Amino acid sequence: MSSFFERLSGRPSSAQSAKERLQLVLIHDRTDLTPAELEALKDDILTVISRHVDIDPDAVQIGLERRGREQRLVADIPLKSVSRRHAG
Amino acid sequence: MSAKIITITSGKGGVGKTTAVANIAVALASDGKKVCCIDGDIGLRNLDVVMGLENRIVYDLVDVIEGRCRLRQAMIRDKRLPELYLIPAAQTRDKSAVSPSDMVRLCDELRPEVDWVLIDSPAGIERGFRNAIAAADEVLVITNPEVSAVRDADRVVGLLEAEGKGAPSLVINRLNPSMVRNHDMLSAEDVLDLLAIPLIGIVPEDESVIVGTNRGTPIALDGKSKAGQAFRNIALRLQGQQVPFLDLDAHDGLWARLQRLTGRK
Repeated sequence: MSSFFERLSGRPSSAQSAKERLQLVLIHDRTDLTPAELEALKDDILTVISRHVDIDPDAVQIGLERRGREQRLVADIPLKSVSRRHAG
Repeated sequence: MSAKIITITSGKGGVGKTTAVANIAVALASDGKKVCCIDGDIGLRNLDVVMGLENRIVYDLVDVIEGRCRLRQAMIRDKRLPELYLIPAAQTRDKSAVSPSDMVRLCDELRPEVDWVLIDSPAGIERGFRNAIAAADEVLVITNPEVSAVRDADRVVGLLEAEGKGAPSLVINRLNPSMVRNHDMLSAEDVLDLLAIPLIGIVPEDESVIVGTNRGTPIALDGKSKAGQAFRNIALRLQGQQVPFLDLDAHDGLWARLQRLTGRK
């Protein structure tokens, strides 16, 4: 019955929060990487990349993804185009 | 004969390892197979009471390993099924009394004697777990649809992969179909998606498991219980048969079915 009221109240069901919380916890358990360490890793990656190319740090997305039992570090780093750089 | 050695483990305690071992063993033995169970939980012996064999123990696992008796003498024969045996754990020793290589040696000696060896692993990921998986040809990881049990199962799966044991098979135990329908329990699909290993069984929550344990009569022996049926299906799948997963909704009363019809789930 509780889920009926939860849906009325717009809160996710308890099963849904269990699954989402587990997804996060398992990624960190499997990689032995804490959220703080992941942040530090991101900063290091950004520093190295910006030494070579121009990037907008706010547009960068780096995170861990789960595919089956495999974890991947996925980075999406838009590069600023040369023309924009000259124009700017 | 060359036995297949199966270890049942979970990481977390209390999810149903011992119950699963007793019931799968009973189911395999009812199919006419020769089965030997080993209680790997040294110091916390329990498989004997769950199987109802506690009054017949003379020798235990550590007695065999330390040479105080022959393997055959430590195998207690179940009176209900002619080809079901138990090697009990020692109660007054600890996990360090046995090493992984002791288990490999013991299982090698057992292999020509039976069709199946089922090892009941202790909870945890330390010595007792290492002992229990050392000789396994195949490992079953058992969990409940609940946050801490799933997390611990995932740790164990990672450790088994690191040991080169290959992907274990998953048993989801104590699933409550009506809670799943109300979105108040992880579904079998959720657990499967999180752990990403092959599924070998879904066992519904069933009060008759406790009644069976009270009496020392594993429920796979009785024809009626749903959990017993689920354990018998796991035994068939271990033997290579394709058995569809139980329809856990079928047992519902009219009210639950009406609720689903009216979309109230």
